[in-house]
Amino acid sequence: MTGQGVVWLGSPSFPEAAREALKDGRLRANLKRATTTIRDKRLAVASELDDWEALRESAAAIKRRTARHLDRCLLQLEESVTAAGGTVHWAADADEANRIVTELVRATGESEVVKIKSMATQEIGLNEHLAEAGITAYETDLAELIVQLGDDRPSHILVPAIHKNRGEIRDLFTAEMGSWGRPAPDGLTDEPAALAEAARQHLREKFLRAKVAVSGANFAVADTGTVVVVESEGNGRMCLTLPETLITVMGIEKVVPTWSDLEVFLQLLPRSSTGERMNPYTSTWTGTTDGDGPQAFHLVLLDNGRTDTLADQGGRRALACIRCSACLNVCPVYERTGGHAYGSVYPGPIGAVLTPQLVGVEAAASLPFASTLCGACYDACPVKINIPEVLAHLRAEVVEAKGRSAEALAMKAAAVVLDSPRLLGAAQKAAALGGRVLARDGRIGRLPGPLHGWSDSRDTPQPPTESFRQWWRKNKEGSHEQP
Amino acid sequence: MRIALFITCFNDTMFPGTGKAVVEVLERLGHQVDFPQEQTCCGQMHFNTGYRPDAVPLVERFARVFGEYDAVITPSASCAGMVRENHPVLAADHGRAELQQQVAELVPRVYEFTEFLTDVLRVTDVGAFFPHRVTYHPTCHSLRGLRLGERPLELLRAVKGIDLVDLPAPDSCCGFGGTFAVKNADTSGAMLADKADGVLSTGAEVLCAADNSCLMHIGGGLSRQGSGVRTMHLAEILAATEGGVR
Repeated sequence: MTGQGVVWLGSPSFPEAAREALKDGRLRANLKRATTTIRDKRLAVASELDDWEALRESAAAIKRRTARHLDRCLLQLEESVTAAGGTVHWAADADEANRIVTELVRATGESEVVKIKSMATQEIGLNEHLAEAGITAYETDLAELIVQLGDDRPSHILVPAIHKNRGEIRDLFTAEMGSWGRPAPDGLTDEPAALAEAARQHLREKFLRAKVAVSGANFAVADTGTVVVVESEGNGRMCLTLPETLITVMGIEKVVPTWSDLEVFLQLLPRSSTGERMNPYTSTWTGTTDGDGPQAFHLVLLDNGRTDTLADQGGRRALACIRCSACLNVCPVYERTGGHAYGSVYPGPIGAVLTPQLVGVEAAASLPFASTLCGACYDACPVKINIPEVLAHLRAEVVEAKGRSAEALAMKAAAVVLDSPRLLGAAQKAAALGGRVLARDGRIGRLPGPLHGWSDSRDTPQPPTESFRQWWRKNKEGSHEQP
Repeated sequence: MRIALFITCFNDTMFPGTGKAVVEVLERLGHQVDFPQEQTCCGQMHFNTGYRPDAVPLVERFARVFGEYDAVITPSASCAGMVRENHPVLAADHGRAELQQQVAELVPRVYEFTEFLTDVLRVTDVGAFFPHRVTYHPTCHSLRGLRLGERPLELLRAVKGIDLVDLPAPDSCCGFGGTFAVKNADTSGAMLADKADGVLSTGAEVLCAADNSCLMHIGGGLSRQGSGVRTMHLAEILAATEGGVR
């Protein structure tokens, strides 16, 4: 089943979207400041642990083992959750998941829900779907609140409003909070403490009123049926404990076999994502408990393209992702373009490999090419997903899906020339000749056609009149014995 | 030891001086270098752009041409990385069983130039003289691909007369990325601008690296800005001597 909702319909290709994003100087400044800060923090706390590499290795091994036995793990999870008083629902795609959640909310008779930051519900477009059914979903994660108030899209997995600075957030709170509930106080400044206090006051009334909460999940433990949410603000914990009904939507790849496996991930995740040694609010719950917390718990297990991804040997590694966003923060492409250019709920390097797999390569054909394959993401990944390798694999899939194209013809011709020293020699002579025509003072300036993008910001050196092989033949040949 | 130079198609065509420099340094150190003329290209462009089957004949050619040598030296971290990481992949996915065997035997004998000097020949001082202010950019394939680490810097530090200065944010990609620079020219240009600023901030006269492809990209940007900074493959710095002029 192909993933629905992952890509934003009508988004331009990555190069086009990036061109627009690069013009926004304020966006670039915001991104550079934010990613550099978090990058340095991550490096500092990761280097504190002697066994960091061993932890990454363990995490990768646990994820590989879980993927191999995903069917069994999920059935065991269903059994454990059910035994603990929860109800498990299976959703093949976004439509089915949205329908299940909508019906569950309707059954409570409520018309509003509070939400914990969740990638899975972003992916399926749950808020929009609930709105169509007359149900209002209130985002309670501070950054998600900023995105919701701005009628905006998230641009980062962990920090969805990373593209906004303090001043922009102050203006947004002042203008929009009133139409969603408690307005921002008069004379709100852009001091972080003042902004947080405004959000706290605005959200508090929603927490106290809410009867239904919707969350995602960072992990779910198959053998105990325990679901885990990792967050920094405590707003998630409010949602997980105050309402009467809790509905969790979780991608099927989030299951881990045993409670002790969490030990590895709870060390890796906070250090990789926020650069903290320990996560501030880690909530775990197992089904329902009489007289304590939500009395009804529903777990919706979401496929939405994941089984197809699992079937692809070259790409299945991407399912190991724990959504830490370290790869976004170290990515030189993301740092320049921001997340919106990816046109997907999942931006950055991990988005460039996850998105085409979840929705099919034709629907996101430019994303595997949105990388220099510099490898910074692989080095930072706490579960050791070799993102450049998966990108190269997906590029081959895109080429195969596209079939005949001008590029394919050119590549075919280049392959013929490059497989023949004689033709390569002839091409070198032609390049030298062409260079003589185009070059001024040893440099070639702007070029027409497909190379204009290259030559817009770079000179090209004039090809030398003599290639290395010509020089060798003239000066060195015969001086050595051939083996 | 029978040593072959794998010049790479790109250096062969655009930067023959780098090949000459490699030969000069190795001969100065008392080694004879051969240049098998049937060599062409490692197939990196085809592999990285998604045209894997087109790269297979190049893998076959590489194995055939270099199979007999004890060491294959290349002045390109990215082409060395392509051979090391991806020739086995292509041989396994698309090649015959005997190609896999040939590739597996050959790959451990393929060295990037600075690796060969420091790990095999165990030299850091190659007798070079280069009285200029130089900064070194560790290309992504040097840094995260081959993990060259300090090797190029050890070689550069031993050069007489050199004023070696640190490049800010050295581990940040320059934005070249092969066909990325064409397909995503704007993003590539933005990354280039930051890298060029870093180079200019050092006051270096020369920027060097282990990959001429990245250097052509950064140098192209510096040249467009009208800066006087030269780009040179580090082999050319190592080849420079008191008598010779570079």
